[in-house]
Amino acid sequence: MRNLTLGVCVAALLTAGAARAEDTVKLGYIDPLSGGGASIGEVGLKHFQWLADQINASGGLMGKKLEILPFDDKVNPQEAVVQARKAIDAGARFITQGNGSSVASALIDFVQKFNDRNPGKETLYFNYAAVDTSLTNAKCSFWHFRWDANSTIKMAAITNYLKTQPSVKKVYIINQDYSFGQEVKKLANEMLKAKRPDVQIVGDELHPLLKVTDFAPYIAKIKASGADTVITGNWGQDMALLLKAAADAGLQVKWYTYYAGGAGGPTAIKQTGLDHKVFDVVEGNPNSAPPDAQKTEEEFRAKFNVTLWYPRAVNEMRMFQKAVTEAKSLDPKAVALKLEDMKVKTFDGGEGWMRKEDHQFHQDMYIRSFGALPKGAKFDEEKTGWGWTEVAKVAAKDTVVPTTCKMERP
Amino acid sequence: MLEIITFSTLNGVLYGMLLFMMASGLTLIFSMMGVLNFAHASFYMIGAYFGFEISRRIGFWPGFVVAPLLVGGVGALIERFGLRRVHGYGHVAELLFTFGLAFVIEELVNMFWGRLPVDYRVPPSLDFVAFKLFDTTYPAYRMFMLATAVAMFVFLILILKRTRVGLIIQAALTHPNMVAMLGHDVPTVFMLVFGVGAALAGLAGVIAGPALVTQPSMAGLLGPILFVVIVVGGLGSLTGAFLASLLIGLVQTFAVAINGSLFDLIGPTATTIFGELGSVTVAQIAPILPYLLLVVVLIVRPTGLFGNRET
Amino acid sequence: MTGASRTLLAFAAFAVILAIAPMVFASGTSVTMMSVMGVMIIFALSYNMLLGETGLLSFGHAVYYGLAGFFAAHAMNLARQQGLPVPLPVIPLVGGVAGLFFGVLFGAVSTRRAGTVFAMITLGLGELVSAFALLMRTFFGGEDGISTNRAKLLPVFGYKFGPQIQIYYLIAIWCFVCVALMYAITRTPLGRMCNAVRDNPERAEFVGYSAQRVRFIAFSLSATFAGVAGALSAINFELMNSHAAGAGQSGAVLLMTYVGGVGQFIGPIIGAVLITFLQTSLSDVTKAWMLYFGLLFIGVVLFAPGGISGWLALHAPLVRGGRIFRLAPAYALAALPFAALFVGMVLLIELSYHMLVDAASEGTKTSVFHIAMDGASAPPWIATVVLLVGGVLGLRAVWPKIGDAWAAATEPTGGEA
Repeated sequence: MRNLTLGVCVAALLTAGAARAEDTVKLGYIDPLSGGGASIGEVGLKHFQWLADQINASGGLMGKKLEILPFDDKVNPQEAVVQARKAIDAGARFITQGNGSSVASALIDFVQKFNDRNPGKETLYFNYAAVDTSLTNAKCSFWHFRWDANSTIKMAAITNYLKTQPSVKKVYIINQDYSFGQEVKKLANEMLKAKRPDVQIVGDELHPLLKVTDFAPYIAKIKASGADTVITGNWGQDMALLLKAAADAGLQVKWYTYYAGGAGGPTAIKQTGLDHKVFDVVEGNPNSAPPDAQKTEEEFRAKFNVTLWYPRAVNEMRMFQKAVTEAKSLDPKAVALKLEDMKVKTFDGGEGWMRKEDHQFHQDMYIRSFGALPKGAKFDEEKTGWGWTEVAKVAAKDTVVPTTCKMERP
Repeated sequence: MLEIITFSTLNGVLYGMLLFMMASGLTLIFSMMGVLNFAHASFYMIGAYFGFEISRRIGFWPGFVVAPLLVGGVGALIERFGLRRVHGYGHVAELLFTFGLAFVIEELVNMFWGRLPVDYRVPPSLDFVAFKLFDTTYPAYRMFMLATAVAMFVFLILILKRTRVGLIIQAALTHPNMVAMLGHDVPTVFMLVFGVGAALAGLAGVIAGPALVTQPSMAGLLGPILFVVIVVGGLGSLTGAFLASLLIGLVQTFAVAINGSLFDLIGPTATTIFGELGSVTVAQIAPILPYLLLVVVLIVRPTGLFGNRET
Repeated sequence: MTGASRTLLAFAAFAVILAIAPMVFASGTSVTMMSVMGVMIIFALSYNMLLGETGLLSFGHAVYYGLAGFFAAHAMNLARQQGLPVPLPVIPLVGGVAGLFFGVLFGAVSTRRAGTVFAMITLGLGELVSAFALLMRTFFGGEDGISTNRAKLLPVFGYKFGPQIQIYYLIAIWCFVCVALMYAITRTPLGRMCNAVRDNPERAEFVGYSAQRVRFIAFSLSATFAGVAGALSAINFELMNSHAAGAGQSGAVLLMTYVGGVGQFIGPIIGAVLITFLQTSLSDVTKAWMLYFGLLFIGVVLFAPGGISGWLALHAPLVRGGRIFRLAPAYALAALPFAALFVGMVLLIELSYHMLVDAASEGTKTSVFHIAMDGASAPPWIATVVLLVGGVLGLRAVWPKIGDAWAAATEPTGGEA
């Protein structure tokens, strides 16, 4: 008797699960949800869950609700492949991921092979934060779309800005010794030479990734080189420790970074007291955003207690909804075709455009500096009382660089 | 150049002394109990977090005194209720116990303080520039760290050389079985040594926390290096641990300052012989130099530089 | 039943399980997961050749797994580019050879000593190899690693090895062969000498064997099998990166082997299956999965130093003697406080995790075991304390009963010993 009741319950649960599976559109969110990267992965997940709620409130996708299925990839490419497999099994035809270009590259490869081997079950991959340029160049795939500006675009924006700064004369380049850091190093060298041939590159350094406990020796080298500006792609502790050591040694330079705004970055900058000396390059700045974006930012912060880090995730999901509506289909291929060459107004204002040749999104980029906020600015970061101030805007069209992508189209 | 040498020496010695604060406890624990304590760097991390927690509530100085004591207490409890239980299963089980412990401690720290670095500040009373040399400033806090490490070193020597407990410990370093046979309460001495070792690591954490970054990965970063220090110095040798700490501190700091690669040294033949490795700079491989040293020393001299025991 | 026929029966059962597993668990996820399990079984057993059989604790076993995986990936790419007539099923041989090569190379320097010195050398070598993997970009492919395509090699009997199920059977066959070989090795004089060197190296030397040479041979063989596992992993994921040779992977194989049990041949197999399952699935259930992992490990070290298989093996004579049922009442009695303790621990961890980590952005309400609760209110915490205290007291109360039952069950009755 007991067994029978249990059996009925299990059967009921299974059918309920099946019924639910029919009802929703599933987006697999694959990012670190445990270990060192979890603090970032969790925030990303909140973005997507919140954005799904908004899509569902506005009628969903073809009348169906969008559901986010979280999967923990532990920032390990092989694990990410297993998790992507689980996402597909759970019924997700769309996946999104952002942390780690090596993971992104593994996923592009996986999705491409999976789609080749399983016609009719194609899966589409939305990349919201992995920036390695090769993902939309040599490794580009029809099934991959990227909303974050890639390394090349970001460096183009930084160097376009530096063109207007004659005070910059001696530049020191320091990066983490892995694919991303090496790419930043290469781009910085090339673009500085092209755009500011008068600038002297006084140092070009690679240091081991996440292994350095004390940056004082590096700072001593920067100091000895007489640099007035440092360009770095460092993130996480490598950013925080670098700035800390610089402040300790009294190094007075300007820092042009990719990720000073990352988790923990603002806290570290505030600690060092480097007021408006640290710059970053992003696709949106809350303090100078249009009113509706500022309102959304306020709501997000009130609800989750964190900054809306990923304006690009907003762009991604809004464009996803638009593409589904225009295609009148939830088929990944139809959605992909509609996303190509789509033009939209981005979350932070300005025109955005998804380039068809390589599936790279192009948008206005902002150079910002971190420090005490001017009167009227609403948003500080990580409760430091300091916040970002826009110092320049680089229009989308000025960041366009040619691609080498040769896409296999289905 | 002189500037780089001066500051690299200062920073190298400082880093070395910090390593020694942990390595001394680790090598004492190993010599007496035969346990290579994988969780030793975790005590360093707990020290930093306790120091942070106390400093934000009461102040840096109370934390400076209380946090290491707390960590020592935690260490003693772990020895009494965990390690002692495993002791009967042999050294491998003990080692694996500390291996699991390091894992759990990191996760607990993640849970209580989050995964991002915490805002552990240098106390205002030490937040000034100690001296300025060739236009580069050196913070007073680093001088304070150096002073603390040296003071601890002197204190440790006095205990070992001048007290009865010190005598027993010294004896146990070389003849652990004989000490037990002489009727000393070895389990209590074990607990004491483990607790003191943990407290020293905790003290290192308290003072290093504000200067470096206090975050959950700090233990994992330092842990393996500590093994290198005590193995290279010679297991069971305090002198060895001291010299190896300084050696590794200086090697790592100076390697960073060198830009040269094999390519610069012997020209293009480097790339033909070594491929890509020919163009890798010394600075790039700075963090793996300790491991290279470890492997080479163990192959050439399995007892380490100053040790006389193998296991 | 004799020992030999029991062994044959066990291997036949193993073959049947391997063959029908994908029919029972047919979803894509389970086939992928079981493929990983097959790889890990080989890897963990190869590790136990060191730890369990020869008494060598290594912290760098993933070096051979990872390096061999890279060689296999390059071999696959080379075969494809050059159009060599190499079918996929022989690629693991490439891995085996690569594993053997590095095993001989590194084994020559590391196996001269046992114990701590050996452990430290493996630790150092592990760190060196993973650091070099990031420096030598053409061979290791940097962070991205080396990707490959398993379906582009020479087809065998029309199989192109694109679909995961074909890969599963490829891995299953290799797994069976390797398990059989490794079992056979434990039965040879070499296997016995490994045990002798583990238990008493001096005596082994007196008998006329060089302990160093025995360690060296065991190490090289172990690296060979690790290499096969690495190559299979490259085939399975079609991707190899430096993570695979790193400290994390070395720690994982240690965890698998130890939790499964080093004393029985089957131990690492149990450990590999269990840990792989938990690694891929536990993160769906709880965010604190790494904490559970650590606690599981400590729990095994503290309470079941022989691992799961060691605990099971304690019961084997009772099962054979047909007296296992005498334990049943005592175990049933212990099950209740044990379950209470377990549920209490989970509640404690989940509630604390939620309140400390998630409450700031998600509010204090959560659910554990699908039961909704508010972490800011007292009842869930009271329940936790009651369960924990009740569990501990209960276990203390029934513990002597289990001891009595054991004594009763194992009491010699004359016939069998």
